[in-house]
Amino acid sequence: MEAMIRLEGISKRFGDQVIIPPTDLTVNEGEFLTLLGPSGCGKTTLLRMIAGLETPSSGKIFLADKEVTDLPPYQRDVNMVFQHYALFPHMTVEENIRFGLKMKKVDLQEQDKRVEQVLAMTRLQELRHRYPKQMSGGQQQRVAIARALVNNPKVVLLDEPLGALDYQLRKNLQLELADLQYDLGITFVYVTHDREEALTMSDRIIVMNKGLIEQDGRPGEIYHRPGNEFVAKFIGETNFFDLGDGLTTLLRPEKLNLCPEEGDDGAHPAPHFFGTITDVVFYGTIDKVFVDLDGSKQEVVAYQYFDDARKWRMDERVGIWWYPQDEVKLSK
Amino acid sequence: MPKTWRNHALLAYALAILAFLYLPLMILALYSFNESRINAVWSGFTVNWYASLFNNRRVLEALTNSLAVACISTVISTVLGTTGAMALNRYKYRFKAAINGLLYLPILIPEIVMGLSLLVLFSQTAIPLGKVSLILAHITFCVSFVVITVNSRLEGMEAELEAAAADLYATPLQTFRYVTLPLAMPGIIAGALIAFTLSIDDFVISFFVAGPNSTTLPLYIYAMVKRGISPEINALSTLMMLTTVLLIILAHLLQGSPKKASPADE
Repeated sequence: MEAMIRLEGISKRFGDQVIIPPTDLTVNEGEFLTLLGPSGCGKTTLLRMIAGLETPSSGKIFLADKEVTDLPPYQRDVNMVFQHYALFPHMTVEENIRFGLKMKKVDLQEQDKRVEQVLAMTRLQELRHRYPKQMSGGQQQRVAIARALVNNPKVVLLDEPLGALDYQLRKNLQLELADLQYDLGITFVYVTHDREEALTMSDRIIVMNKGLIEQDGRPGEIYHRPGNEFVAKFIGETNFFDLGDGLTTLLRPEKLNLCPEEGDDGAHPAPHFFGTITDVVFYGTIDKVFVDLDGSKQEVVAYQYFDDARKWRMDERVGIWWYPQDEVKLSK
Repeated sequence: MPKTWRNHALLAYALAILAFLYLPLMILALYSFNESRINAVWSGFTVNWYASLFNNRRVLEALTNSLAVACISTVISTVLGTTGAMALNRYKYRFKAAINGLLYLPILIPEIVMGLSLLVLFSQTAIPLGKVSLILAHITFCVSFVVITVNSRLEGMEAELEAAAADLYATPLQTFRYVTLPLAMPGIIAGALIAFTLSIDDFVISFFVAGPNSTTLPLYIYAMVKRGISPEINALSTLMMLTTVLLIILAHLLQGSPKKASPADE
């Protein structure tokens, strides 16, 4: 795979405050890369430095092997989808989409052709003469994407583009956006704090915290093999155990299995811990079962599927067991 | 029905206030159509006073002066005020609130103080009193209003729009031309209209800084009144009043249409 974006020792300071310490990052051609992290972790700053909307304090940025560190945003072949869309309120949908082509002085016939293509792709033909304020959030979001894609950029940068939408719409657009990226093969760099969004859409996820890259990996790796406690906690619920081997053992709640303390058939690995159920919460597809471990104050959570043979109840005595291959070991 | 009674009372009260505000102006306008030279007696309808107004060489001269001063000071104060508002809006600096507050000061300072201070300034700097001093004075009090109207318009504008334009290959000049300027335009025009109105109507400051050959309409009316109130003055005042009202309505309409509405529901 070719490197589309390369960041070499990129850093950002505001006065004495270090937002991002020197960082290296490579984005491959055609990749859907997500920068995931809590708010204030520097992911948006990193994205805006790629766009040229923020100036790095040190380091170099390469776009398709050409250095662009000192180029202004209007000379970079990348386009951004802004968090609140930033559609021009005094222009119609069509004028908004055409804006980039007009500024680049693409010839008129080519402009018409590409605008039509993108309008069709984003199903906006009927709304072409509307102004942004006459449209719903979801429609405005599609205009923002169309306005970026029409320029055939090398990279599309997306800054929490679904953040302002309601849950159901967000879930639909997640899949639509991932499909669109897959079909077009354009490199996407996507910023979000929503782990579900990151896991469902990305080819690769960069987990960030306080300006640092905590882990870089495929969604499955990030979820199943978190590199440290921060990633493990940020990407989903996790149980931490001390098994006396000098390491911290991580287990996702769906990897924990429960068995009765007495009269168990024993057809599975022996329980590591015993405890008392303190709560059972219904979550639809799963029950979340909370268990207080014997001899410690630790509470663990296990997901039990609804169709599991047995329903667990409060105050029941249970054993907790798991398969050894599901353990994730972290140094303390 | 105590409620309807209260509504009637409120309506009557509102009408009384409106009458208090507008009755004098209406009477003035009415008497501008009075055939009699004496204000107190109504003797019949005529538009002669308006006709004689436009045949009066000195009135026309004052009108020309007023328009020239208003046009020039409007253009200059609009350009200065707009660029000033953009600078104030764009950059963060220390004491921003205090500096913004200073903009309101020329509006609040008594006009007579402004007029006097400008007179002192012009005589100290040996600028002769005439059209130039008049225009300079008008620019000083118009600029604040332009800055304030344009600034409020810019504040309602989403900050990311200029970033979006730059991201879509627009150079800073193109961003200004295609995004910032069109969006600020209603504020700029409103500011210009207010500046024009203020300049046309100004008496106190003009009284201090005008020279012998730069008599404006308000100054001319004042001079006429000293020789007694004639229906011609009524006619002239009515015309000025109408112009002012029209300009202010226009400015208000332009200011009240920011294109920032909440999106419709999906």
